[in-house]
Amino acid sequence: MKNNYDLVIVGGGPAGMAAAISAKKQGIDDILILERDSELGGILNQCIHNGFGLHTFKEELTGPEYAERYADQVRELGIPFELGTMVLGISPEKEISVISRTRGAAKISAKAVILAMGCRERPRGALGIPGYRPQSVYTAGTAQKLVNCEGVVPGKEVVILGSGDIGLIMARRMTLEGAKVRAVVELMPYSSGLKRNIVQCLDDYGIPLMLSHTVIDIKGKEKLEGVYVAAVDSTNTPIAGTEEYFPCDTLLLSCGLIPENELSRSAGIEISPLTNGPTVDESLETSIEGVFACGNVLHVHDLVDFVSEEALRAGENAAAYIKGKPASPGTPVAVKPGNGVKYTVPSKLYAQSVEGNVHIRFRVTGVFKMASIVVTCNGSEIFRKKGRIFVPSEMQDIIIPAEKLSAVSGDIEVFVEGGAAQ
Amino acid sequence: MYDVAVIGAGIVGCSAARELSRYELSVCVIDRESDVGEGTTKANSAIAHAGFDAKEGTLKARFNVLGSKMLPELSKELDFAFFRNGALVLCFDEAQKGELDKLAERGKVNGVEGIKILTGDEARALEPALTEEVVAALYAPTSGIVCPFEMTIAYAENAYTNGVEFKLSTCVTDIKKISGGYLVSTDRGDIEAKTVINAAGVYADKIHAMVSSEPLTITPRKGEYMLLDTDAGRLVSKTIFQLPTKMGKGTLVTPTIHGNLLLGPTAEDIDDKENTATTRDGLAQVRAKAQLSVKDIPFGKVITSFTGLRAVGDTDDFIIGEPNDAEGFIDAAAIESPGLTSAPAIAVYLCELVGRHIPLVKKETFYAKRKGVPHFAMMTDKERCELIAKDPAYGQIVCRCCTVTEGEIINALTRPLGATTLDGVKRRTGAGMGRCQAGFCSPRSIALIAEKLGIGLLDVKKNGVYNINESEVGDNEK
Repeated sequence: MKNNYDLVIVGGGPAGMAAAISAKKQGIDDILILERDSELGGILNQCIHNGFGLHTFKEELTGPEYAERYADQVRELGIPFELGTMVLGISPEKEISVISRTRGAAKISAKAVILAMGCRERPRGALGIPGYRPQSVYTAGTAQKLVNCEGVVPGKEVVILGSGDIGLIMARRMTLEGAKVRAVVELMPYSSGLKRNIVQCLDDYGIPLMLSHTVIDIKGKEKLEGVYVAAVDSTNTPIAGTEEYFPCDTLLLSCGLIPENELSRSAGIEISPLTNGPTVDESLETSIEGVFACGNVLHVHDLVDFVSEEALRAGENAAAYIKGKPASPGTPVAVKPGNGVKYTVPSKLYAQSVEGNVHIRFRVTGVFKMASIVVTCNGSEIFRKKGRIFVPSEMQDIIIPAEKLSAVSGDIEVFVEGGAAQ
Repeated sequence: MYDVAVIGAGIVGCSAARELSRYELSVCVIDRESDVGEGTTKANSAIAHAGFDAKEGTLKARFNVLGSKMLPELSKELDFAFFRNGALVLCFDEAQKGELDKLAERGKVNGVEGIKILTGDEARALEPALTEEVVAALYAPTSGIVCPFEMTIAYAENAYTNGVEFKLSTCVTDIKKISGGYLVSTDRGDIEAKTVINAAGVYADKIHAMVSSEPLTITPRKGEYMLLDTDAGRLVSKTIFQLPTKMGKGTLVTPTIHGNLLLGPTAEDIDDKENTATTRDGLAQVRAKAQLSVKDIPFGKVITSFTGLRAVGDTDDFIIGEPNDAEGFIDAAAIESPGLTSAPAIAVYLCELVGRHIPLVKKETFYAKRKGVPHFAMMTDKERCELIAKDPAYGQIVCRCCTVTEGEIINALTRPLGATTLDGVKRRTGAGMGRCQAGFCSPRSIALIAEKLGIGLLDVKKNGVYNINESEVGDNEK
């Protein structure tokens, strides 16, 4: 089998497919997509609810429909992909170790690599919830896969810890499947899920959202019997006397997503402690030349449309790299998160050589009302955007025109001005 | 009538069964759980102790040192993971240095080789992650790490191969003395045996009381642990103990044989023999104590926490032998730490005790070797290719965190005494032991188990006993 390619894309989900299509459209023909699952589409295949594609297609699609649009293009453009193929390692020289039924254990080399492996859910153990370890404690995504792909509903009385989007979606899904969702319990004073999901998945079904609460104990040795929920104070410590027992047979966890970067680490790629994804410049290139990253492996997105858009840029930039575009001259300036900003992607940019607009994506650290997003360099403002409300559950995407950056000589800071954080 | 009925399929019961299977004896092992090693065996520090802590002249001292010496060869013969990584016992207070010397002296008397006392700086040179508070340390190069599940499964499988019958999902309800032996009643019928070995872990006192009026109490001592992801596993290379206290060997920090970092245990005597819940206080204690030994522990990398129960007796030692009022009934009780390490030697001794009642005649057909589930993650690319060429199921990765293939899971389900639960698959293959804690692989593993057992997806258990009418699941005999 062929074992060297111009471009290898690790992951055939929304990011990987969009990156491949974009690179192909830029004239790169020698592409291979590696996908570990048995079909293209990634996690979208289990997201059978609608609400995907409003930005990209101006339509409301389900996850599988959204994925299918891209998978169709991949097939129409004749981009090769291999399914059931697991990447076990990437070397700094861009040699990729794979396992599959057809290839066995093989090495594939590439001129450029796009990382599009997505993310995983934070498991129960990482949350440190004390108690027993019975069956029927699932991450929301695992439950989603069981219900939507395997056709089994794992419980009848459900408590959900964490109000991430998958948890909210599963609250509705389990309700529609006849289960009673007793509560969605959220440690923070705000939800980490999108407003529309709170309205459409909880409010519409009368499911209570308990903010500033957490699960403090799990009962049932072999089978789950119930959980204790308590209110927490401002340091997230449970408040004695507020415990409440919820009998339930299923506990779903939607407590955060972690970009899956074990491969990136194996290649020696620098990982940002703020995003748990690779540090990249404005071309989405990682610390290894010719290795790009996009989608949830780079930072966790809330909307797949933004993933596709980001992947498109990664594909274009990888194509330019393969076609011999010289490395950006000079040293990059840092893009730093300031007041109210958790992280920025990119975390550095080559201000002198940027072409076109630069996207800076980030999340805010709390709820800010009637505030502004401000970008400055050496104290002088180069961008400002006012907003009625900024919330952590929505990724911010600001676009700075190249001409604003040409004069930049020092580090850039992105921060929130005004509006009290809650 | 069996020659020997072993009650309890933990490490003690399974190793005893395997040693007994060397002889012309009919042996059965009875356990209430659907898999072997479901009690104390599955939740402990997984250390092959060198043998310097046990008081001179005790059974603990004797069997620990013997067991430790048997493990390297045994791990090859039975194909389970074992590694001699060495251990340090830390001292944080100049005034307590004498305690280290006492330990070293005890080690020498017990026959432990290679023990040295190091200064704080020498210890830090060996393990740079140790805190500045360490003023001295005892170094024991023969300490090791082992996989307790794999070791137990290996013993059980080899015992099975050599003719031992396993009666799993079978709970002993009563034992009566009858002519020529004992009648062991269970929820699945009666079993007669000339001799009985009581290896029932935290329930050994209950089993003992069924036949003997001599006092024996087992107190469950709870130990809570935290397990960190493999990328934290190289923080230390040796097992890091603190000076022992009356309640045990204190909180340790150690790499595991699977490359994770393990912190714990706490030590709390409780009444409830089933209480394996973790607690907020317990985990906070583990955290605080581990930080005394090792700096910069990345607690953000914790992937799971768990609780084990040590079976602590009232004699400060293992209780092995026959009560005066129950001939042919052999206790192997109060096997707390260093039980795992001692088990191979205890097993040999238990054979001797059986031999006092039934002549031990070597079985010519005894086959000493056992080959485990292939571990794809540990193979070279050449070995992987050969395996995939033979069976393409090995080319399908199911557990992405630990690189476990469908081939391995199928092997674990179809081998003798094979897995019937998700935990059973996990302990035989490692699937689900990684950073996502089975989030991604469990739907596939569940499907494979359901297919093998002919049951629905939702009927597949994480652990525990299937109903008898749910076919003879877990009764995987012949």
